Amino acid sequence: MGIDIEKIQSILATDCGSTTTKAILIEKRDGEFRLIVRGEAPTTVEAPVEDVTRGVMNAVSEVQEIVGRPLLTEDGSALVKPRQGDRGVDLYVSTSSAGGGLQMMVAGVVKSMSGESATRAALGAGAIVMDVIATNDGRLPYQKIQRIRQLRPDMILLSGGVDGGTTSHVAELAEIISAANPKARLGAGYELPVLYAGNKDARDLIKERLEGKVALELTDNLRPTMEKENLMPARHKIQELFLEHVMSHAPGYPRLMEMAKPVDIMPTPGAVGDIMQLISKKKGLNVLGVDIGGATTDVFSVFQGIYNKTVSANYGMSYSISNVFAEAGMENIMRWVPFDLDERDLRNRVKNKMIRPTSIPSMVEELIVEQACAREALRLSFDQHKALAVGLKGVQQERSIGDVFDQSMTGETLVSLKALDMLIGSGGVLSHAPRRQQGAMMMIDSFMPEWVTQITVDSIFMMPQLGVLAKVHEAAAMSVFEKDCLIYLGTCIAPTGTLKYGQPALEVTVTMPDGKVETRKFAMGELSVLPLGFDAKGNPLFAKAVIKPSRGLDMGCGDGQPLETQLCGGVCGLIFDTRGRPFSLPKETSERLRLLQLWNKAMDMYPPR
Amino acid sequence: MASVYSPGLKVVAKTNVHKERRLPMLGDVHVKKGDVVKAEQVVASTYLPGNVTPLNLANQLGCDPKEINDFLKKKTGDNVEKGEMIAETPGILGFFKTRINAPIGGLVETISTVTGQVIFREPPIPVEVLSYVDGEIEEVYPGEGVRVLTTASYIQGIFGIGPEVIGPLEIVAKNAAEVLDAPAIISAHIGKIIVGGSLVTAEALRKAVDCKVKGIVVGGIDAQDLKEFLGYDLGVAITGTEDKGITVVITEGFGKIEMAQKTFDLLVSCKGRKTSINGATQIRAGVIRPEVVIPLPGEKVGKEEVLKLGMAVGGMVRIIREPRFGEVAKIVSLPEKPQMIPTEAKVRVVEIQLLKSGEKFVLPRANVEIIEE
Repeated sequence: MGIDIEKIQSILATDCGSTTTKAILIEKRDGEFRLIVRGEAPTTVEAPVEDVTRGVMNAVSEVQEIVGRPLLTEDGSALVKPRQGDRGVDLYVSTSSAGGGLQMMVAGVVKSMSGESATRAALGAGAIVMDVIATNDGRLPYQKIQRIRQLRPDMILLSGGVDGGTTSHVAELAEIISAANPKARLGAGYELPVLYAGNKDARDLIKERLEGKVALELTDNLRPTMEKENLMPARHKIQELFLEHVMSHAPGYPRLMEMAKPVDIMPTPGAVGDIMQLISKKKGLNVLGVDIGGATTDVFSVFQGIYNKTVSANYGMSYSISNVFAEAGMENIMRWVPFDLDERDLRNRVKNKMIRPTSIPSMVEELIVEQACAREALRLSFDQHKALAVGLKGVQQERSIGDVFDQSMTGETLVSLKALDMLIGSGGVLSHAPRRQQGAMMMIDSFMPEWVTQITVDSIFMMPQLGVLAKVHEAAAMSVFEKDCLIYLGTCIAPTGTLKYGQPALEVTVTMPDGKVETRKFAMGELSVLPLGFDAKGNPLFAKAVIKPSRGLDMGCGDGQPLETQLCGGVCGLIFDTRGRPFSLPKETSERLRLLQLWNKAMDMYPPR
Repeated sequence: MASVYSPGLKVVAKTNVHKERRLPMLGDVHVKKGDVVKAEQVVASTYLPGNVTPLNLANQLGCDPKEINDFLKKKTGDNVEKGEMIAETPGILGFFKTRINAPIGGLVETISTVTGQVIFREPPIPVEVLSYVDGEIEEVYPGEGVRVLTTASYIQGIFGIGPEVIGPLEIVAKNAAEVLDAPAIISAHIGKIIVGGSLVTAEALRKAVDCKVKGIVVGGIDAQDLKEFLGYDLGVAITGTEDKGITVVITEGFGKIEMAQKTFDLLVSCKGRKTSINGATQIRAGVIRPEVVIPLPGEKVGKEEVLKLGMAVGGMVRIIREPRFGEVAKIVSLPEKPQMIPTEAKVRVVEIQLLKSGEKFVLPRANVEIIEE
């Protein structure tokens, strides 16, 4: 790459989002890389300023103002790189989701097999999947053709068939794409990239049908056999095509790509996915991450080393809040609100947020309602993620006698809340919640973690920049991630099973780092906090604990069996959640309100209204 | 420094409005630079390729895909009528023949001997682009479309539904606070664009459709009423294609919100004028807001002033979120440092004084929009 890692002292990283461009300055101080400052400015990809680098320069100007040393040339038109004395930086990296990110359609022969694999490949590369076309998707061919024309994706991924298998179905899909004669969304007059990652024996047929009509690229089959999924070649090719075809037609991107050389610009969700995988690998943890934005919510998971990512394109907190309301339903939103609210009034409030997406709640009631919507957006996105993060379907499984009583189907979700070690939240509503307890509880209420789970948030949403930085300088990215990015909120301890509220649920003995022993008993239906914070260096404290659930409840060691474990502290501390798994709120309004108020008080969630 | 505020919607008595009128694909432009055009005039037209219908002939004939050419009576590029026989098997001794007819009229686009599929394409679909506003052709994009210039009163709405419509403007509400209810809509409003005050009720919407009113411009609409009128809950704000027989432009927001006095007064001053409105709204990157364009024939605008998009003490703002949603206020001060608001969030704020009551308030800057003077 031509970068001398040893010489790097100062790094500038930007993320060009659809509304805001965020810049962070990372510098080596006292032998370790730390975040120095951040700045932001509106993204500039729309008229009157159709040049993404203008927004980048504005964000960097803010950074240089705060840090008190120049990073740009004197006329402010370019970044100084490499550093010249006190001016400039040694390395510049960037991610982008401006202009709606990478929007793809995927096509596969069988929806639940190659269609799903292709979806996973596209999502893993950082794309939004607009639709999945499959031979068996229930639509008539002309409907599929119309759909392709209507959606105008940035790229199409075509897959299907195992190597050596039948070729006619995938050729039929190519014929449908050819008949639709799709045009690219950005840059009229350039050919739409279509990536073929299916049966290698069908390559000539695909070329015959598509060459000359689209920018056809071929790569390895993403499902070479029924038992094997090979997503990496397709993912890399998608990112390559994204830079070559899509980005280079977006306003100002050729200049941005030049600025970042020799490091490639990455799609934002792709970079976040990379950093999640790195954390999981380095720490040996099963990780679930979520980034809730204004328009979309991305969910990432790494379980047993298998990475999955989904983008819920229409679940978000501003542009898409009305869609969250429509999909979750009034009742599901209201179940988290500890006071009565008129339905008409609530509908108007939600729609007003949608049409004025930058407004923020200035009263506690409004904050509570917005956080209720966030819980449902997170829950719906997580449901979508669980449905997609599954094992391969259509695979013959070998079973032993021990499996007789535990027969699982192929294609079961890989996401296990019981096996989950760390939950990472990101995005404005979680990262900028006025009290950290609010962020923790939004994640606990929507994901319902089981047994013992660390809860963390990204302090200022810098995971995208760290993801792309990790490609070049992993040590710097990890150092900033640990010291400045990740905020440990604490650990959620939640037994599975349900008992009547009020009955004894847990007996807990916690040996604190100073040797002090705390013994607590929790009844069913409680939320309680035991403070456990940080050491003098700012690292989270750990405590030894013995957690004994009552009969009928499980902490991972069997019904009523005690668990001995280490618990990680954080800003909120240890959160004991005995509300039951599965969790359900009382249907009766006054009892529901009473419990919500009780839990909010126990967590010290909100200031008085 | 980066700023956090909403620049506000445009409400101007006289401005140059430039309208790009482009075809979805290359075609013919029927006007030239400098031509004076009417809103209803076709300025460009083209033909979209017809829809395609695939037919798996091999399956229908029960033969191998490689064999379909043996039975086909048509070749690539041939025209077919709907129901015309396109393939036939020889049968057994001339009996039991299988005949396949064309599913649509059009032409045979492709024949695949790998999949056995034949693709038919329907005749091209004509597409016409209207001028949409009375004005003058400012620019011609050969084969693509035109840019029309008109000097007009211009009002940007916050949200709308329905496509472009053109009609004379009629003021129905007596003032900016009046609710537009069903009895106020009469048969004389047929073909007109009517103006309400703070709210249009569900009954009024239905009555307007019955009376063939072309469009409504009003301060607010109840989200529940909109849901009932559309027949579905609007998830994502991408509108403009609704086929409900009316176009609605909302100037303030959801709920009963008094129309900004400046907007109402401007509409009143344009009573009876030919007006073009469009409900299309897209609240995403590349936001599109609905609009009201009222051309002012014979008027000209000199050099247009560049609007200053910044907050300044003494400037006017509108509150765009509870509390006091919709009220107009004057900026008293702009504290530099972020302040804690009742939710405990630390944000940049603005101190304002309400015009009506004189009360002073501190609000997040994100919750006010600038009223452009």
